[in-house]
Amino acid sequence: MSLFQIDFGNEDKPHKVVGIDLGTTNSLVAFMDLTAPKVIPGPDGNPIVPSVVSIPEHGEPIVGSAAMSRLISHPDRTIYSVKRLMGRGVADVQEELKLFPFHIAAGSESVIQLELGGKRFTPPGISAQVLRQLKKNAETYLGESVDHAVITVPAYFNDAQRQATKDAGRIAGLQVMRLVNEPTAAALAYGLDKRNNGIVAVYDLGGGTFDISILKLHDGIFEVLATNGDTHLGGDDFDNLLLRVALEDIASEWGVDLSGDQVAVQTLRRAVIDAKHQLSTLAATTIAFHYQGRAYRRELTRDVLEKLITPIVNKTLGPCRSCMADAGVTPEQIDEVVLVGGSTRIPLVRQAVRALFKAEPHTELNPDEVVAMGAAVQAGILSGHVHDKLLLDVTPLSLGIETMGGVVSKLIHRNSTIPATAAETFTTAVDGQRNVLIHVVQGEREMVRDCRSLARFDLKDIDPVPAGMAKIEVRFLIDANGILNVSAKDLRTGKEQTVEVKPSYGLSDEQVEAMILESFAKAEEDFNERQVREARVEADRILNAVDKAKGDDAYMELSDAERATVDNSIAELLLAYHGENHHLILDKMEALNKATMKLAELMMNTAVRGALKGTKIDA
Amino acid sequence: MFSGPPPSDYFAIFGIEKKLALDVEDLQRRFYDNSRAWHPDRHARAGAEQLAYAEEASATLNDAWRALRDPVTRAEYVLKAEGFNIGEQRGRDVPPELLEEVFALNMALEEAREGDAQAKDDVAASLAKFEGLLREIDAERDRIFQAYDANPNRETLAGLRALLNRRKYIQNLVRDARAALA
Ligand SMILES: Nc1ncnc2c1ncn2[C@@H]1O[C@H](COP(=O)(O)OP(=O)(O)O)[C@@H](O)[C@H]1O
Ligand SMILES: [Mg+2]
Repeated sequence: MSLFQIDFGNEDKPHKVVGIDLGTTNSLVAFMDLTAPKVIPGPDGNPIVPSVVSIPEHGEPIVGSAAMSRLISHPDRTIYSVKRLMGRGVADVQEELKLFPFHIAAGSESVIQLELGGKRFTPPGISAQVLRQLKKNAETYLGESVDHAVITVPAYFNDAQRQATKDAGRIAGLQVMRLVNEPTAAALAYGLDKRNNGIVAVYDLGGGTFDISILKLHDGIFEVLATNGDTHLGGDDFDNLLLRVALEDIASEWGVDLSGDQVAVQTLRRAVIDAKHQLSTLAATTIAFHYQGRAYRRELTRDVLEKLITPIVNKTLGPCRSCMADAGVTPEQIDEVVLVGGSTRIPLVRQAVRALFKAEPHTELNPDEVVAMGAAVQAGILSGHVHDKLLLDVTPLSLGIETMGGVVSKLIHRNSTIPATAAETFTTAVDGQRNVLIHVVQGEREMVRDCRSLARFDLKDIDPVPAGMAKIEVRFLIDANGILNVSAKDLRTGKEQTVEVKPSYGLSDEQVEAMILESFAKAEEDFNERQVREARVEADRILNAVDKAKGDDAYMELSDAERATVDNSIAELLLAYHGENHHLILDKMEALNKATMKLAELMMNTAVRGALKGTKIDA
Repeated sequence: MFSGPPPSDYFAIFGIEKKLALDVEDLQRRFYDNSRAWHPDRHARAGAEQLAYAEEASATLNDAWRALRDPVTRAEYVLKAEGFNIGEQRGRDVPPELLEEVFALNMALEEAREGDAQAKDDVAASLAKFEGLLREIDAERDRIFQAYDANPNRETLAGLRALLNRRKYIQNLVRDARAALA
């Protein structure tokens, strides 16, 4: 074994760490229950929280199924599939803008600003709402506070998309212990490590993203050999295709183009999705759509659906082949294939997978739940509850720096096991130069313009020396989350060199901090609101009781002055009731209580007398 | 506590001596063992210092495993450590002694692409020849590896760089020929 000793002494007491699948369509939270992962149900008993957020005119954002029904009633205040916008700039999402009802505000070059009901939100801010809901569900279910999480991301997510996911976690008040790739998580959940030295392919087709990963299993080690995918391919694409067909159909039948009508579009969208789901088990179904007194019905067969979606399904095959090539395996060498994601329920998808890998895919675990369950296993590894498993994942995209003429010099190649490092020495071109700017990109192409800009790193306050004399070693480290960290050292002085990071996409640290603070302020506001609400409920109860008591004979036994005090107290309580200060409401309730003390006593006596009388009669 | 930074040397991180002729299976076992010991996931609850050590050690281990498991990248690592200049290898220039053979193969590939059935046999013949050359090169490479391991001095490696370039070039030809026959 190793020559080096590691001290395992000072480990903290384990906290509860949950695993979260933050999906494009659906999100779930799971935890390690003794030895097995378990998904956590929400208040409605269903573990699936649709990744939909609605911003009502007053009060808290609405998340999940409740928000989903508002897609139709309040399409301009409700947002879905926001994961497609994570870590992106407005130029990246022109395609989605045509198909999704996102309202994007000006100034969205590096972080998208969404407009919902007159307010602005960022994609991490919206995702944080979904995470908050999951956190709350977990806390209610587990009966303890939950502050640590493992969150899954598509394996093919780039640095900015991963960072955005981490930001969402922080905004939601979660310490993100780790980002795990979704297909890898699925492999963990399947526990395929029971077999030794097998090769496993995980095919994950969800709502918005497609991933393929090939892993090698070895005594509990899950070593990812290669991964590939498309962060813009999934069930949404089937839906948009069907939607377009149906809209055209309706246009020719009714003579009206409904594509600009959000309510109609969302209603029809729901109808085609229902039809799509049915065709996974039935050979034929009907798309039924009622709108403003008119009805549209169209028979849709599985055959026709398959013809329509074949080109999209086939788009998953290229990445699968590249992935096998990168992993250095042939279909025959793959022992197991695992299907993940709701869209793998489509028979055509299964057939394509079966044909490509020449194997019968695993479908035992619920494809909706398996990723969250895997995240919980990873949470168990991190919290020290799971000892026999270890994940060795890879970075999906090559990392490089811009050199002369806009050419990329690759430093870390795709499919390198992470953490991974590379070092590069930089110097100055001019006498006394104080700064060196390094442009880091991700992607496989030769030219910078064909890759994705990740960040610019500014090496600052370099000692002024003649040109070419400075020697700054820059270290690039891709951590286990797949996120880049950069540090630099002046080799002449041995001193740490200041590096200023300017991410090309995403929120700055200050912005995230501000959002966290805002959510704390919000939490306080929420807390106050809740206290006022509760005080009003109490006040209602008392006011009702007093109202009723005024009809009692006992009320007439009070003096005029006493009755006036009661009326005064009622008026004051009502005044406080309509304010926002719960202390005042409580004070006025207290006062009314005092003012009605005598009345209560009198009524009690009457009641006792009545009861005694009753006893006599009975006797 | 940790004593100093983890080793940055690729052989040292595996706890083995610098050797060109390696038992890759043994290396893989060490890779898994050390991963179990050092992967940051195993130190998630530890202090910042321990976690940083784990990350650093794991990163070096991963880089080392990638480099050492393959004889070519392993040789490149040692060449670099011995001060040889190993620039970007394009593998484009035809080694002069192969000119004739390469020309014949390219002709045959061209004809095969145009659907000439006879040409496939020519490709197969060429392929066999180049595969034979690859085996020779590998044998030569292993001789150099062993010589270096027995007596690790710079001079032993003098011919290795050119040999690896030749190998890369032929490997590409073999790949193309196999693709044409598949
Ligand atoms: N029975 C089904 N047939 C076809 N598609 C389905 C079925 N059930 C779910 N889906 C699709 O699966 C996608 C959601 O899958 P999921 O794995 O939850 O996605 P994500 O990971 O993107 O949140 C949606 O596009 C949904 O329409
Ligand atoms: Mg998913």
